[in-house]
Amino acid sequence: MRPFKYTSTNSTSDATNLLVKNPNAHFLAGGTNLIDLMKEDVERPDELIDLTRLDLTSVSAITTGLNNGGVTIGAVGKNTDAANHQLIRQNFPLLTKAILAGASAQIRNMATNGGNLLQRTRCSYFYDTAMPCNKRSPGTGCAAKEGINRMHAIFGWSEDCVAVYPSDMAIALSALDANVKVMQADGKIRSIPIQDFHRLPGNHPEKDNNLNRGDLITSIEIPKNKFAAHSAYVKVRDRNSYAFALVSVAAGLELDGNKIVSAHISMGGVAHKPWRALKSEAFLKGKAATTANFKAAAEAEMVDAKTLSHNKFKVDLGKNTIVSALEIALRGTDSKA
Amino acid sequence: MNQNKTQLTEEEIKLFGDLMPEELAAIVHSGLNRRHFMKLVGLASAGLLASHLIGAEQLFARAIDMEIEDLPEVAIENGVTVNFKVNASSKKVLIDSRSTLLDTLRERLGLTGSKKGCDHGQCGACTVIVDGNRVLSCLTLAATCEGKSVITIEGLAKDNELNPMQAAFLKHDGFQCGFCTPGQICSAVALMKEAKDGQASYITQDIRANKSSILLSDDEIAERMSGNICRCGAYPNIVAAINEAQTGKDVEQNWLFAG
Repeated sequence: MRPFKYTSTNSTSDATNLLVKNPNAHFLAGGTNLIDLMKEDVERPDELIDLTRLDLTSVSAITTGLNNGGVTIGAVGKNTDAANHQLIRQNFPLLTKAILAGASAQIRNMATNGGNLLQRTRCSYFYDTAMPCNKRSPGTGCAAKEGINRMHAIFGWSEDCVAVYPSDMAIALSALDANVKVMQADGKIRSIPIQDFHRLPGNHPEKDNNLNRGDLITSIEIPKNKFAAHSAYVKVRDRNSYAFALVSVAAGLELDGNKIVSAHISMGGVAHKPWRALKSEAFLKGKAATTANFKAAAEAEMVDAKTLSHNKFKVDLGKNTIVSALEIALRGTDSKA
Repeated sequence: MNQNKTQLTEEEIKLFGDLMPEELAAIVHSGLNRRHFMKLVGLASAGLLASHLIGAEQLFARAIDMEIEDLPEVAIENGVTVNFKVNASSKKVLIDSRSTLLDTLRERLGLTGSKKGCDHGQCGACTVIVDGNRVLSCLTLAATCEGKSVITIEGLAKDNELNPMQAAFLKHDGFQCGFCTPGQICSAVALMKEAKDGQASYITQDIRANKSSILLSDDEIAERMSGNICRCGAYPNIVAAINEAQTGKDVEQNWLFAG
């Protein structure tokens, strides 16, 4: 690991000022991804600004304004605490399930909610500094596109990058229409809808998201919804636990009897960002909650998939996972998978 | 670096007197060192140690009181002084900012129980307990531990009494090579608190209900311990050990676990 200066602060403005002052400085939160990337020489900051002592850890109910009935989650709070907060377990169990589907207990005890959104891809070519990678070293090419790309994208990829985004938590936040609150370097606060937070790779795969230099995530806000009792997070992976998704699906069904008022579906493991299944959602709106309709909805989304040499299996897997998630959601959040 | 010194109890002196009479004087005066340890391993492989196993295990489970040797400041480019507690004893140590908690424990504090398996957060061998929560010491910068309290495998036994989880791992053979064992045990000890606090896992049913203490099924133990990889595949034994420590009752191993 290259040498770096370590600074810890309990002031958000000090943190952003320090970051802006040094173009090679990097924020440090849980460190579960960043420290690993520094050991691999993928990330090379010469200064780390430790955010974990900022007073941004609480989970609390929103009781006023547009998001009344929702919840706000501190950016520096730990994943474990967010997943197990009674308010989230009761009203946003989809988020609890998704967080608990990711990583291991040890890592969830370290990882922060803001940091989770900023996880970098686990594409093995991104990690291997001997290989070309446009995300790590812009302009060098994409080794994965013609390489071993079993884990890679089937939606929204470009000639420059076929990597997928690894977070489980963010897939649920996408289905929950969360907003990411950010303090800018000038001290102003702005709110970014989760669908606009992450990017597709396009010609700039080095940019994972739409944050600007000096932006500091302060909290994540989730609006109230009517599908807490009918939601599911289904993650399919190479082993039963502690592995990244081949495909995952976060689903919530707002029901009126057996009629679907609205469906909320987002997919992980298929794109450079949480992939909101808008075509499935549009198909299901107003229809009966039946397996036949779930299958047709899955078909509507997956018909646009563009596979690479090793990941054609993700099309059928994606369809089946959407159907499974919707069936669990229909039976009820706490029903058996 | 100072030599590791270990105060032996009378029972332990007797144990070593029985097993390694010609080494006894050196052990009593200078503490247990690697040469003695290798000899013990040799005795164990000859089966001579079996009846004394528990006594020897207790000795190895004890913290070794080693003085921290300061690095010369000139050798450190970005020095950070960290004050923290390790196994209830206060430590102050000047480190390079790059030092992980794992390397600091092993290389500076002489606590080599926590193991470096993958060093990338994928195996769990380095698991320690920080402020009551299990974490990976290989991905934790020691600099971030200012004011925190760290428990390692060396801090679990009380005097000569093993932690119930350590005793259960011994009883159920929760290991073969033993390399992942310190991480497994630290992880399992913290898991007991998580279950008591009613924390959910990915496979927990009824997560919307009010949180209450959970009695973990074998499936729950497997899911919640998935961050600790055992290359020898001692999983059925590990699950049985954790189940026994959890209930305090004798547990039979479930051989159908993997199916």
